Amino acid sequence: MFEGVPIHWFLVLATAMFFIGIYGFLVRKNLITMLMSIELILNSVCINFVAFNKILFPEHLEGMFFTLFIIAVAAAEASVAIAIIINIYRRIVNIDVEKMNEMKY
Amino acid sequence: MIDFSYTIWILLIPLLVFVVTGLTGHRFKPIVTGIIGTTGLGVVFLLSVYTAYKYFFVLDKVEGAFQRLLAFNFTWLHLTEKLHIDIGVLLDPISVMMLIVISTVSFMVHIYSLGYMRGEKGFARFFSLLSLFSFSMLGLVIATNIFQMYIFWELVGVSSFLLIGFYYEKDSAVAASKKAFIVTRFADLGFLIGILVLSYTTGTFDFITLTGPDSPAFTSGQGIMFLGMSTMTWSMLFIFMGGAGKSAMFPLHIWLPDAMEGPTPVSALIHAATMVVAGVYLVARMFPIFHHEQSALEIVAWVGGFTSLFAAVIACTQYDIKRVLAYSTMSQIGYMMLALGVSGYGGEEGLGYMASMFHLFTHAFFKALLFLGAGAIIHAVHSNYMNEMGGLRKYLPITHATFLIACLAISGIPPFAGFFSKDEILVAAFHHNKALFAIEYLVAGMTAFYMFRLYFNVFWGKEQLYHHTPHEAPITMTLPLIILAIGSTFAGFIPFTKLVTSDSLPFETHTEWGIAIPSILIALAGIGIATMLYMKKSETSKKIAMALGGFYTAAYSKFYIDEVYLFITKKILFNYVSRPVAWFDRHIVDGTMNQFAYVTNLVSDKIKGFQSGQLQQYALAFISGVIALALLFIYLWTN
Amino acid sequence: MSFLLLFIVIPVLTVIGIFFSKTHMQVKWTAVIGMSFQLIMAGLLIYLFLAARAAGNTAEILFPQDMVWYKNLNIHFFIGVDGVSVAMIGLTSIVIFAGIFASWDVTDLPREFFTSLILLASGVFGFFISLDLFTLFLFYEIAVIPMYLLIGIWGSGPRHYSAMKLTLMLMGGSALIMLGLIGLYFNSAPDGGPLTFNLIQISKVTIPMPAQRFFFPFLFVGFGVLGALYPFHTWSPDGHASAPTAVSMLHAGVLMKLGGYGCYRVAVFLLPGAAHEMAWIFLILTTISVIYGAFGAIWQKDLKYINAYSSVSHCGLVLFAVLMMNQTAMNGAIMQMISHGIMTALFFALIGMIYGRTHTRYINEMGGLMKVMPFLAVAYVIGGLASLGLPGFSGFVAEMTIFVGSFQHNDVFHRVCTIIAASSIVVTAVYILRVVGILLMGKIKNPEFNHITDGKWFDRISVVTLILGITAIGMAPLWLSDMINNGLVPVMQRILLAGPILH
Repeated sequence: MFEGVPIHWFLVLATAMFFIGIYGFLVRKNLITMLMSIELILNSVCINFVAFNKILFPEHLEGMFFTLFIIAVAAAEASVAIAIIINIYRRIVNIDVEKMNEMKY
Repeated sequence: MIDFSYTIWILLIPLLVFVVTGLTGHRFKPIVTGIIGTTGLGVVFLLSVYTAYKYFFVLDKVEGAFQRLLAFNFTWLHLTEKLHIDIGVLLDPISVMMLIVISTVSFMVHIYSLGYMRGEKGFARFFSLLSLFSFSMLGLVIATNIFQMYIFWELVGVSSFLLIGFYYEKDSAVAASKKAFIVTRFADLGFLIGILVLSYTTGTFDFITLTGPDSPAFTSGQGIMFLGMSTMTWSMLFIFMGGAGKSAMFPLHIWLPDAMEGPTPVSALIHAATMVVAGVYLVARMFPIFHHEQSALEIVAWVGGFTSLFAAVIACTQYDIKRVLAYSTMSQIGYMMLALGVSGYGGEEGLGYMASMFHLFTHAFFKALLFLGAGAIIHAVHSNYMNEMGGLRKYLPITHATFLIACLAISGIPPFAGFFSKDEILVAAFHHNKALFAIEYLVAGMTAFYMFRLYFNVFWGKEQLYHHTPHEAPITMTLPLIILAIGSTFAGFIPFTKLVTSDSLPFETHTEWGIAIPSILIALAGIGIATMLYMKKSETSKKIAMALGGFYTAAYSKFYIDEVYLFITKKILFNYVSRPVAWFDRHIVDGTMNQFAYVTNLVSDKIKGFQSGQLQQYALAFISGVIALALLFIYLWTN
Repeated sequence: MSFLLLFIVIPVLTVIGIFFSKTHMQVKWTAVIGMSFQLIMAGLLIYLFLAARAAGNTAEILFPQDMVWYKNLNIHFFIGVDGVSVAMIGLTSIVIFAGIFASWDVTDLPREFFTSLILLASGVFGFFISLDLFTLFLFYEIAVIPMYLLIGIWGSGPRHYSAMKLTLMLMGGSALIMLGLIGLYFNSAPDGGPLTFNLIQISKVTIPMPAQRFFFPFLFVGFGVLGALYPFHTWSPDGHASAPTAVSMLHAGVLMKLGGYGCYRVAVFLLPGAAHEMAWIFLILTTISVIYGAFGAIWQKDLKYINAYSSVSHCGLVLFAVLMMNQTAMNGAIMQMISHGIMTALFFALIGMIYGRTHTRYINEMGGLMKVMPFLAVAYVIGGLASLGLPGFSGFVAEMTIFVGSFQHNDVFHRVCTIIAASSIVVTAVYILRVVGILLMGKIKNPEFNHITDGKWFDRISVVTLILGITAIGMAPLWLSDMINNGLVPVMQRILLAGPILH
C-alpha cells in the first residue's frame, strides 16, 4: 500500500504533528488539552516508526510492534492522567495548569 | 655514710595528712582534723631537727665542706633524651636550714591556729590546706632540680591562693586571693621561660650539676643575645622574675599587702616567714650561676635595695597593723635580696650570701612572732587598725612582751637576732656597693621607726573604747609566741658562718663595730623619734604628715602602683584586648561563617525561583535545552 | 579475632539492648552496663598493651585484624592499636562512662538519647582503632552525625541554629578530609602496585612532594576544623552552649580530639614533607588560637561559652604541639588531648549540674555556690586548677611537655611562638579565677539558691571518675608518657626521614 507515497510526506506530517503537540503542551492551560497534545506527540512518533519500518526493513515488524506498544502505553497513561486530572478537579474545582503550583520548592 | 632516704617522709607526711583530712575532714569533729594536722607537722618538725643534727654534726665533711646529698630521687617524667623531671630530696646547708625554718614556723602556726581558728567555720578545711601548704613548701626547698622546684612553686602559689581566700564569702578576700595568684602566676611565667632557656642551653634541670664547680651554665649560653646581655643572663633574669613575684619585690609586690585578707596565722606562715622568702631561696639556690652572670646579680641587688626602701616608706604611713607588717616583710626581703646581690662567691667573699640566709632564718622567727602577736591583738580587739587601739599592754602582757622582743629584733638592737644578721648584710653591702649601703642604713632607721610606731600605738597611749575588755589569748596561742620569742632572742648566736656559706666551707667572721655601732645608733634614733611621736598620742605626727604633703599622700596610697596595675589590667587588657577579641570572634570570625551561610541561602533563594511550580515553564526549559543540545551536536558532527 | 573488635561490638550490643528495654531505668542501666564494660575493656587493653611491650613485643601495631572489605578498591577493615591510640581509647571510655551518669536525669526520649550517644561513642572508638583510612573516615562520620540529632533535639537555647552550624562546619571539614584521603589513596603507590588505604602501608612509602603540598592543607584544615583550628572554631562555642550536658562532654572531651588525632595521625604522619614546609602557617594560626581563645574566654558571661573558648585555647595548644614535630612536643600534644578531654568533660558535667540546679548559666546571676553545694564547688575548683595547669593534675604535665618540647627548636620563630603560647597560662589563670571567684565565692546573690542541693550519687560518680582520671595522670605521668613515646617512634622516624628538625 501507499507505494507511491514518498517518505518525506510522512516525515512532514510527523514533524508537523510533533511541533503542534509541543506547542499545545507549552501554551494550553487546560490539562485535558495538554494531555491531547502529548497524544499528538506520541502519535507523530508512531507515524515515524511505521514509515521507517516500511521503508527500511519491510520484512521485519519491530516498528509496528513498537507502535502498538506506544498506543497501549499511551492508553494507560491517558487513563492515569485523566484520573489525576479528575482528582485535581475535585480538589480545586479547576484544571488550569497554572493553578497547580503548590508543590514547588 | 648515713642513710637519709627517710627524709622523703618529711614530704609524704603532710601530703598524707592533706589527702586524709581533705577527703574525710567533714565527717569528724573539726578539732580532730586540727590535731591530726598538728601532730603530722610535729613529726615533720622532729624529723627536720633530727636531719639537721645528723647533717650538720654527724655527717662527715668532704674536704672541709658540707656534702650535697641526693637523699632520695626518682624520675617523674621523661621530656627529651637529656631532660627529665625528677622528684627527690636534696640535702645541702641551705635546704636543711630551710627545713628547720619551715617546719618550726609551720608547727608553731599549727598550734597557734588551734586556738586562733577555734569555732571558725571551715576549721577542718583550714588545717587541711595548711598541710597542703607545708607539703608544697617543704617540697620546694628540698627540690633536687629546678623543675621540681617549679612544680612545688606552683603548688605553693595555689595553697596560698586557697588560704588567702579562706573567708570565701568576703569579697575583698576573694579579690585578694585572685590578685595574689594572678600576679605570682605572671611572675611564674618568667620563671618558666627562664627554666626553658636554662634547660635548653645547659641540657639539664639538675641543681647539683647546674651549681657545681664545672656547671654547663658557666660555659654555654655566653653569647650576647639581646640588649647586650648573654643568653644565660637573660635566663637568670627571667628566673629572678619568678623569685621576685613570690618574694613580692617591686614591681610585682602588689599582691602581698592585699594577701593580708587571709587569716592571720596564714599571713604569719605564708606571707611572712616561708613562702615569700622562696624567691630569696631560689636566687640562693642558683647563686653560682647568678654570680657568674654579674649583670643579673647587679639587678637583683638594686631591685632588693629599692624594694626595701620603697616598702619601708609605705610602712611608715599605714594604719592597718597587718599591712604595716606586710610592708615590713617586703622591706626585709629586699634586704635579703640585696645581700645576695652584693655577695661574692666562696669564703669571706660570700659574706653576703651567708648574711642573706642568716637574715632569712632570723627574720622567719621574729616576723612570724610579729604576725602571730598581731593575730593575738586582733583576736583581742577585733580590729586591724592601730588608731583604734591603745594601752593594750595591761590586758595582753605576754603578747606585749613577745611583741616588744620581736620589735627590738627587727630593729636590729643587740643582742636580739635581727642585729647579727642585719649587721652582716650591712658589712657585705659596705664592701661592695656604697650607694646601696647608704640606702640600707636609712632603711634600718626607718624600720626601727615604723615598728615602734606600731608598737606604741598599740600597746601605749590612750585606751580606746573596746566592745569588751581585751583579754589575753589562750595558751595554744601564747605558747608559740613564747617559743618564737626565745628563737628571736637567741637565733642570732647561731654560728652561721660555720654552717651555711656560699661554697659550704666554713669561714671566720667578726663583728665590724665601725659599721655596727652607727647602725645601732640609727635604729635607736628611729625608736627615739617613734617614742616622741607616739608614746603619748600627740598631734605632732599629723603635723609632720601635713608638712610632707604630697609625698605623704603618695606613700599612704602606696605610690599608686595598684592603680597602675588596675589601669593596665582592667582598662587595657580587659577593655581593649579581651573585649575586642570577644567581639571580633562573634562578629568577624563567626560573622564570616554566618555570611557564608547567608550567601548560600541567598543564592539558593534565587535558584529556587526557577522551581516555580509552573509545569509549562519546566517543559519549555526542557525543550529549549533539548533543542540547544541538538543544535550543538549537529554543529559538532558537521564539523 | 582481635579483641579490639569488641570496642565496636559492645556499643552496638548496648544500642540493641536499649532498643529492647522497656522503662527509663532499664535504658539507663543498659547503657551503664555497656559502658562500664567498655571502661573495663579499656583498662584491660592498657594492661595488655603494657604487658606486651614489657614482654618485648616491638611490633608497630598490636592486636591487628585485617579483613578485606571491598576488594575492587582495596579497602580493608584494618584495626590495631599503638601507644597513642590505646591512650585515646582510655580517654574515650572514661568520658563516655562519666557522660552516661551525667545525663542520668534526661527524661525526654531517653531511649533515643542514649542510643545516639552510644552510637557516637562507637564511632569514636572505631575511629581510634582503625588503621585503614577508609574505615577511619567512615567512623569519623558515624561520630559526627549523631551530634546533629543530639543537639537539635535535646539541646537548649538556639539549638537548631547551633546544631546546623556545627554539623555544616564539620561536614565542610569532612569534605576536605575526604578529598585529602582520596589524594592519599591515589598516591599510595608511587612505585606502582595496588593502591591502598592502609595507613601503615602508606606510612612506608614516600609520597611525591607535589602531592604532599597539595593535599596537606586539605587534611590538616579538614581535621583542624574539628580540632577547633582558628579561624574555623566558631562552631564550638555555639555548639557547646546549646548541647545537652553529656553531649558537650563527649564533644569537647572526645570528638574534638578526633581532629587533633587526625592531624597527627594522618596529616603530619603521612605527609611529613609538606608538614615541614607548611608548619609555619598553621603554627601562626594555632598560636593565635591559644592566646585568642584565652582572651576570648575572659569576656564571656555564659559558663559554657567560657569553657568553649577555653577549649579553643587548649585544643589550639594540641595542634600547636603537633606542628612542632618533635617527639617531646608531640608527646605533649597527645597528653594535652587526654588531659583536656577529661578536664573539659569534668567542666561540662559540672556546668550541667549547676545549670540543673540554678537554671541559669550566667555567672553574674550566681555567687557563693560554695556554701550550698560544697562537693560540686570543690570539684569545680579542682577542674579549674587543673585547667590552669597546676602540678598534680594532668594539664601541667601536658603543658610543660609541650613547652619544653617546643623550646627545643632553636630558631627565633618557634621560640617566640612558644613564649606567646606559654603566656596563655597567665590568661588562663585570669579567666578561671574570675569564674571561680564570681560563681563559687562571695555571697549568694539569689535567695532561691539557698535551697539547692549538692551533687546526687550519679553526679558524684561522674565527677569522681573524671577527677580520678586527671589526678592519676597528673601524679604519675611516667607510664602514660612512655606509652605514648612508644607509639610516637615510627611517626618520628618518618618525620626525620622527610626533613631535618631544626635543633
